Amino acid sequence: MSERDAFSTALALIGGADPALWGIVGLSLAVSLAAVALASLVGLPLGAALAVFRFPGRGALVTLFNGMMGLPPVVVGLAVYLLLSRAGPLGGLGLLFTPAAMVIAQTILIVPIVAALARQTVEDAWREYEEQMRSLGATPRRSVATLIWDTRFSLATAVLAGLGRASAEVGAVMIVGGNIDGLTRVMTTAIALETSKGDLPLALGLGIVLIALIVLINAAASAMKAVAQARFG
Amino acid sequence: MNAVHARPSPLPLELRDVSFAAGGVAILSRISLTLGAGTRTVILGPNGAGKSVLLRLCHGLLRPSAGTIAWQGAAGRRRPDAMVFQRPVMLRRSVRGNVEYGLKLAGIGAAERRAIALQRLEAVGLARLASRPARRLSGGEQQRVALARAWALDPALLFLDEPTASLDPAATRLVEAIVQAMHEAGTKIVMTTHDLGQARRLADEIVFLHRCRVVEHAPAARFFAAPTSPEAAAFMRGELPV
Repeated sequence: MSERDAFSTALALIGGADPALWGIVGLSLAVSLAAVALASLVGLPLGAALAVFRFPGRGALVTLFNGMMGLPPVVVGLAVYLLLSRAGPLGGLGLLFTPAAMVIAQTILIVPIVAALARQTVEDAWREYEEQMRSLGATPRRSVATLIWDTRFSLATAVLAGLGRASAEVGAVMIVGGNIDGLTRVMTTAIALETSKGDLPLALGLGIVLIALIVLINAAASAMKAVAQARFG
Repeated sequence: MNAVHARPSPLPLELRDVSFAAGGVAILSRISLTLGAGTRTVILGPNGAGKSVLLRLCHGLLRPSAGTIAWQGAAGRRRPDAMVFQRPVMLRRSVRGNVEYGLKLAGIGAAERRAIALQRLEAVGLARLASRPARRLSGGEQQRVALARAWALDPALLFLDEPTASLDPAATRLVEAIVQAMHEAGTKIVMTTHDLGQARRLADEIVFLHRCRVVEHAPAARFFAAPTSPEAAAFMRGELPV
């Protein structure tokens, strides 16, 4: 099959509501959205606390999180694999090669991204707010909550950055999910497999959907920022 | 709602031998000062005299390097003082949300918060902007929101740090009128300024700071008629329009 045919077949698959393709897209989104939700639950308060609280070792932690933004997915996958494999400490849970394992791996991958970006955003706001909030009697804990709320639109871009990273990575989900058809096959792992098998239309179709999603996510991020800027200054 | 009169006053606020240094540089040196109820105290002095630091020490945003600052009157449940800064910091929420925020921190219920906030916004002439995002307001309007936010807490003492330094004359007049209204409602006013005209308009007593020290503390009329210190006399000559 020529590349040209592959492309038109790919478009037909997308347009024709091919169940295999859309099943894979659906699982990808489910896994990445779950990971982002968990990572936000952990990462946003963590980043905000890191911005407000002053304690020994804070600088080292900030550096650590900044560095961990670039964690190699395959290494995270390997670590989670070792944790969840039958002989591993959490092997009894039987999670390896399930979507849950993929969610765990992606969560670990993007917590540092969400936390580091949130830290930066909240710290900038805190620099402006600090005296005023202390004057009004806000405790540091309360300040963290207020800052998260007040910077929520900027923080949404941190969350979307995490989502972009999660939905685009292949290494971690491949290792802990196993790319099992109908069970743990997601867009990125399917593209890798189908390309090596020579099934270019499905790989290309998934690739187009993936890129469209990522563009959409980024467009949403900048639109949200613009709206918030106009509305709240 | 004007609990100021009902509550026993925590005033006076007394400073004993208060010094403050940052990075080995003395900012304030052995300040002893009593801030009593009823009067409007204006802290005057050239830039760098330590006016803003003195307010921040009194308000508890900074800790003195030496000396004590203590309320001499009745201790209440709530913090007795509030502060308005030179540049108002508006939270990213509505005007009303900003005014309610301090009340929320003080544990006041939603209905009462709303009522107090609207009443204070009415008092500063901004009730019609209550639901607007606060950060979209003009500088003068933001400063009035900051005043309403402080006033909502019914402070026994309000600190103002050069509240009109970045405002035009019209906005300055509005701010001064609000300060006057708070004074008349029983709030002790302590304000810094480098604007002599403003000091003349608002002050009952003057604290003149020069080179980290209180050089003069006198009733305003006497201070302006005949300052006893050469530093204050020079400051007034330098600042007055020729």
